[in-house]
Amino acid sequence: MENAFGQPQNVVVLGGSSDIARAVVKKLCAARTHSVVLAGRNQELLDAAATEARDYGAAKTDTVLFDAVDPSNAARVVAECFEKMGDQVDLVIVAVGLLGDQQAMQDSAEASATMMTVNVTWPVAALAEVRRLLVAQGRGRILVMSSVASIRVRSVAYLYSGAKAGLDRLCLGMADSLDGTGVTLQLLRPGVVRTKMTTGLPEIPFTTGPNEVAEYVLRGLASGQRVIWSPPILRYVFAILRHLPAPLFRKIADR
Amino acid sequence: MSDEFLAGWGRTSSSKARLVHPSSEDDLETIFRTERSVIARGLGRSYGDAAQLAGGVVLDNRGFNQVGAISDEGLVRLGSGVSFDDLLAVALPLGWFVPVTPGTRQVTMGGAIGADVHGKNHHLDGSFAAHVRSLRLVAPTGTFDLAPDTEPELFWASFGAMGLTGFVSELTLQLLRVDTDQVLVDTDRYDNLHAVMSAMVDGDARYHYSVAWVDCMNAGKHLGRAILTRGEHATRDEVDNATLRAPTSARLRVPLAPPSGLLNRLSVRAFNELWFRSAPRHEVREAQSIQSFFHPLDGVADWNLLYGKRGFVQYQFVVPDESASTIETVIERLASARVASFLAVLKRFGPANPAPLSFPQPGWTLALDLPVGPRSLAGLLDDLDDLVVAAGGRVYFAKDARLKGEHVAQMYPRLAEFQALKARLDPRGQLTSDLARRLDLVGK
Repeated sequence: MENAFGQPQNVVVLGGSSDIARAVVKKLCAARTHSVVLAGRNQELLDAAATEARDYGAAKTDTVLFDAVDPSNAARVVAECFEKMGDQVDLVIVAVGLLGDQQAMQDSAEASATMMTVNVTWPVAALAEVRRLLVAQGRGRILVMSSVASIRVRSVAYLYSGAKAGLDRLCLGMADSLDGTGVTLQLLRPGVVRTKMTTGLPEIPFTTGPNEVAEYVLRGLASGQRVIWSPPILRYVFAILRHLPAPLFRKIADR
Repeated sequence: MSDEFLAGWGRTSSSKARLVHPSSEDDLETIFRTERSVIARGLGRSYGDAAQLAGGVVLDNRGFNQVGAISDEGLVRLGSGVSFDDLLAVALPLGWFVPVTPGTRQVTMGGAIGADVHGKNHHLDGSFAAHVRSLRLVAPTGTFDLAPDTEPELFWASFGAMGLTGFVSELTLQLLRVDTDQVLVDTDRYDNLHAVMSAMVDGDARYHYSVAWVDCMNAGKHLGRAILTRGEHATRDEVDNATLRAPTSARLRVPLAPPSGLLNRLSVRAFNELWFRSAPRHEVREAQSIQSFFHPLDGVADWNLLYGKRGFVQYQFVVPDESASTIETVIERLASARVASFLAVLKRFGPANPAPLSFPQPGWTLALDLPVGPRSLAGLLDDLDDLVVAAGGRVYFAKDARLKGEHVAQMYPRLAEFQALKARLDPRGQLTSDLARRLDLVGK
């Protein structure tokens, strides 16, 4: 059960080995989180994340293995996570995503489709089941990992950013649809974060570490704001960037 | 029956439940036969999540509203949905007052049992339970007529148990004879905490009612400056116009919730300053009405809206006499933290009663209102919990919305005994609440 400060006790993470999700879970466990169910595609990484959660104060952890390339498993995976929790779920974090190498994928129909499946289709399928279960509970929160890249899609990562754009806009509508159900959906739009996903990429302004993102997430959960920007200044940076003429945007973004 | 969002008086973390309005014990028996999770709710004055149950069934007790005739000895049979306000409207004109009253009349008898409420006279008269002669409890395993001398264990189980033992349908309450509807109040202003605490230790036994309002935003030599008010019911020949009128309802309302942040460090500080300065340094036997002495907050309906959308938490704890210094430590921590805290209420508690989950224990209790917002607040209150546990004290469930589950057994060492009693009344664990789930009071 969540407390008055928006600190959850029971947390399910889809994409539980993502570096940002792990940083968020650590901070949640240091506050009030008691039980964590982590779902992902690599058992070793999930086990490491579970150990970390226990080190930070979780009393109970569990893992569920799945691969997001197959959306037909989404409902089952979500149901299994809720079953393993065995109690009301306070917060579901959707952190499934794949950045990939744009250059290598852009001419492949199959690779392009996979990018959509992992970044949009699977999360959306999972959200349908999450929505159903949380609404039946009469309360709950969903945190979906979007990206600032979804605000203006860059040519160098249009598959990832475009997929995130789809997920981001869909979730804004879903958040509205949840009004009056006791369930809320919040979107996280981080800038570039130093993680295993971005290792080797050049560092651009406003790059942060996962722990900083986690700090903004915890503040966002406490305040209940619909969109959590990390760092918050990116909200204003992107208010400008999204309206730049294409040639100018390319000049800035395609480096 | 309808789906409703229910929250506590602090308006934090609401949840959706099916709200039903039973009006007979038959209704309750049907509900216990068919529903998986249930909790009773009165007027929603618990500050946290005690009277809400996400995805479950919440039983409004207001249908149990019968007020019996008051006997010559002051005994009255009441439905659990009768509020202090309802009762006083009938009883006060007849010269009867309630033996214990919380700071608002908008609490039902069921709620008073669930929280085992206390008043300004706890140091002499104990909590609400001490004045309940019998109660009728409808639980999943049956309906029980309980009194302290028939089945003491089951009788006491419900006091302080926040509704987790069952639904109280009726009770018999012992009222207090009063001569007038006025109280003679002595007021004293103290420049620091030590002064007020020693005045309370020395003088409380001489007064029926005693409470101090403490400023928790002033550090240094004025740390814990306070206004102490103590009083007695006035007899007919002690006041000019002896009357026995029912309390009147609130004349002011809060028209709409202002933005969160209206009550911030500056505005609360200014309010505390004004309050402190407007009190007389020393005044003796000033006649005040029962409502202004006992229920000052009832002057403004919905005052909780003033805290805005994010709401507020109330933090109330008790520590034993030998840990009185914890009160000072807590006020120091609050004064140096960047949080706004309204005038806190400080009071002495007398002996505890036999109820396993009753909050009061002998010593000092401090209650504070804190607007949700400052990022440091959650951690600060966690630190205060540690101080309270170390001092052998406890936090009050009726006010709580954020305690850690692992502290409960330390604060309430008879928790296991309570759980065994609950298992007798409710073997399938149907009675639960958001509070019970959050603190793991009764298992999952």
